[in-house]
Amino acid sequence: MDFDLAPEQREFTRTVEAFVDDVIRPHAERWDEEAELPMDAVKQMAELGLFGLPFPEEYGGMGGDFLTLCLAIEAIARVDSSLAITLEAAVGLGAMPIWHFGTEEQKQRWLPQLARGEKLAGFGLTEPGGGSDAGATRTTAKLVAGEWVINGSKSFITNSGTSVTEFVTITAVTDDNNGKKEITAIIVPNGTEGFEVGKPYRKMGWHHSDTHELSFNDVRVPEANQLGLRGEGFKNFLKILDDGRIAIAALAVGLAQGCVDESIGYARERTAFGHAIGDFQAIQFKIADMAMKTELARTAYHKAAWLKELGRPYKMEAAMAKLYASEIAVDVARDAVQIHGGYGYIEEFPVCRHFRDSKILEIGEGTSEVMRILIARELGLAQA
Amino acid sequence: MERKKALNIAVCVKHIPDPNLPGELDGQRLKRAGVQGVLDPGDEFGVEAGLQLKEAHGGEVTLISMGPAVALEAVRRGLSMGADKGVLVSDDALAGADALTTARVLAAAIAKAGPFDLVIAGVESTDGYTGTMPSSLAEFLGLPQLTFVKSLEGAEGSIRVNRQTVEGYHVVESPLPALISVTAGVNEPRYASFKGIMAAKKKPVEQWSLADLELSSDDVTVNQSVTNIGKAEERQAGEVVEDDGSGAARIADFLKEAKVI
Repeated sequence: MDFDLAPEQREFTRTVEAFVDDVIRPHAERWDEEAELPMDAVKQMAELGLFGLPFPEEYGGMGGDFLTLCLAIEAIARVDSSLAITLEAAVGLGAMPIWHFGTEEQKQRWLPQLARGEKLAGFGLTEPGGGSDAGATRTTAKLVAGEWVINGSKSFITNSGTSVTEFVTITAVTDDNNGKKEITAIIVPNGTEGFEVGKPYRKMGWHHSDTHELSFNDVRVPEANQLGLRGEGFKNFLKILDDGRIAIAALAVGLAQGCVDESIGYARERTAFGHAIGDFQAIQFKIADMAMKTELARTAYHKAAWLKELGRPYKMEAAMAKLYASEIAVDVARDAVQIHGGYGYIEEFPVCRHFRDSKILEIGEGTSEVMRILIARELGLAQA
Repeated sequence: MERKKALNIAVCVKHIPDPNLPGELDGQRLKRAGVQGVLDPGDEFGVEAGLQLKEAHGGEVTLISMGPAVALEAVRRGLSMGADKGVLVSDDALAGADALTTARVLAAAIAKAGPFDLVIAGVESTDGYTGTMPSSLAEFLGLPQLTFVKSLEGAEGSIRVNRQTVEGYHVVESPLPALISVTAGVNEPRYASFKGIMAAKKKPVEQWSLADLELSSDDVTVNQSVTNIGKAEERQAGEVVEDDGSGAARIADFLKEAKVI
């Protein structure tokens, strides 16, 4: 049994924390207000090698492991969830499908620029008519004279409309065998005729993460843009989402830790009835619970990442980590706001933003309800 | 095209208790054992200066440090930033060494690892703050010293620096080899990338004892002693000036007094 991180993981985490303090913390509140992805910060994140962490050096990566990526995501999310999800989605959803399912030619063509963080890519699964229910996919792609002709739309697609977005990988129905839909993944470069990126959403949180609705109107891409085998688009994306859940858990842990840190600082400074409020058990017990939940969620995602690295089954552990971490993140953020009193409702205090940013964690990359279904399935319980 | 002469650069680095943590005293000294340590943030400027010169002129950056075995972490940190190799002098006889002793030992290590065209140090450590080590080191090495460097420029066989003074700066030029001490702000130290951290694990670090430097424990006898430790003066409340129309002039006077303008 060994709970220690590797020395290089510890050292890199310290580097990312220092980077976050210098480059991100002073501006996070303003970026949130401006509600636009700060490309300068993204560029500096790229220079640090964050976007290439889990990929081999020959594809422009850093040769690190998945846990190291999660540690970096956690470190960023302590201060800025929008940039943490930008990184998580860029690596986990943008680049990872190419790495897992791309042909050698596709990897050579697309991966290095993503791993170096020069370009971003999106992952288009969710549609206006359904996210968790993949059978509801309506976007279609037909093979016509060596080209995929795509029609339909996608919703809530992260990193799909930035100035450096290179492409979006989407799922589309490529055949309908008596109602059993065949779903295939296809790479659609930005700027392709008929591919339109909608204006950014006005979201409750994650304000400076780049999110758009996408529409496809007779969009034509070469057949070679098919990613993975025909008909395996959905199955492959589920695999991507298993990994993504560990990373979202890391993001949730970062947000919760940020709330704990802010609350301890505030409870020491703020006085009431002649004492720092942190001297009162009402506050101490809250903070103790917040710290405990955060630590347990961290342990859960570390274990899921560890199982994944060892090549052992981790589907249930990833779902548990995502479910638990996202739910405690919302709880912890709510308590942090409560500890801050009226100031917690004011944007100058980071916990206000953390609270807004927390809710999506129970929804994105698989809702809490879907996580519970997954866990029940893994426990051998049948579908009604 | 004629290649410039590559620079062989030594950078002094120190492993210190993390300055972001509250320091503890161990008798008359700062407690070090069992305390989370870091590469002195002041030394990161020296490492960065060395790396920038190397990038401009070619050559090699060697980190030189003295400290217990755990000080290897600070050397690795500098290697992660991009330095090429390291030297750590560790010896039980060095426990409690003062700045003069440190300079003597570093001088011996630099002489053995060299020759170097340029030796770089931070102006002062972020734990002891004596600020005397770089000058002593230059004397032991018989090198010209350019202190309080706020910007620098290397050229063929020489170095030109802006040397911070109370009122501004002096432009000073020296032939190489030389020693410079750099201020915080001379550059913006880079972050160690993950690739840099992985690469650092494979970079060579020599670990030398006093015997390796042909020094004896008599050479490192500490003559300095701490006689008293007091609390730092509390920060005074600032002066508040009500603006009755003369506010701008008062601010200008204040800045002149502080020698900012």
